[in-house]
Amino acid sequence: MTYEAVVRVTLKGGVLDPEAKTIQRSLNRLGFGVENLRTADEYVVEIDAVDENEAREQAEEMCERLLANPTIHDYTVEVRET
Amino acid sequence: MTVAVVSFGGSNCDRDVAKALRRIDVPADTVWYKDEEEVADADGVVLPGGFSYGDYLRAGAMAARTPVMERVRNRVDDGAPVLGICNGAQILCESDVVQGAYAQNLSARFRCEPVRLRVETTDTPFTRRFDEGDTVEIPIAHAEGRYVPDDLDALIDDDRVLFRYVDENGEPTDEANPNGSVDNIAGIVGGSRNVAAMMPHPERASHPLLGTDDGLDVLAGFSDPSDG
Repeated sequence: MTYEAVVRVTLKGGVLDPEAKTIQRSLNRLGFGVENLRTADEYVVEIDAVDENEAREQAEEMCERLLANPTIHDYTVEVRET
Repeated sequence: MTVAVVSFGGSNCDRDVAKALRRIDVPADTVWYKDEEEVADADGVVLPGGFSYGDYLRAGAMAARTPVMERVRNRVDDGAPVLGICNGAQILCESDVVQGAYAQNLSARFRCEPVRLRVETTDTPFTRRFDEGDTVEIPIAHAEGRYVPDDLDALIDDDRVLFRYVDENGEPTDEANPNGSVDNIAGIVGGSRNVAAMMPHPERASHPLLGTDDGLDVLAGFSDPSDG
């Protein structure tokens, strides 16, 4: 089966996000009253696996080994059939 | 002592480091990252600055996972001096050779300027020529230099902070911190002390014409200790 894993990598709570702060200030200059904004990186990976569980495990291993840096990142994985 | 300065696609300080090392009579050459045997045979290794793999994913993330890093790790385990400068420091963190990670500068800007550093330990090849508390001027040039340790207490307890960013009075103030690094940390050593990661560029402080040659005493970590 082919699955699509959507991986979202975010900065851990407590790790400051200067890019988000800059975007937030810019939005507020445009007149929006944004009080909180966070950035995230998203990766969409096509994975061949026997079932959804295996696809998820593969995606999680990708996060652990490359896509996220455990010192500063959290990640979430969503898997769906394609 | 022959030093291999490892060039990845996108490294751009490799030749500068090799030239600075030769100025202090340390034989050094750039080595393409695929020429792994040359790295395995080198007496010392430098991972130079630049933008390996275009900083894709995260600065240093791709280079950290190339096969040559296994050779670099072996050299570290053998006790050879290994120094990561700027992008090279990011590569050492990304490959877990030293602890921690580099995040975007708090200013969200690329910072390219001379900074003052205080020597925090002399128990490493790269600072053995200094006295603890000495200050040096060495430039930085980075956008992702905010050091975030995994375990700050362990770094401090094991005396593994190499340099801190300090002001003209030698104090690690917020104003003197160019990127928001935790505890003003500008450089660290690994568990075995012969491997160091630092964001400032000693090769850019290697000649009086550059304003300072303070960096030569750092690079002297690659010279024969018996030469003094």
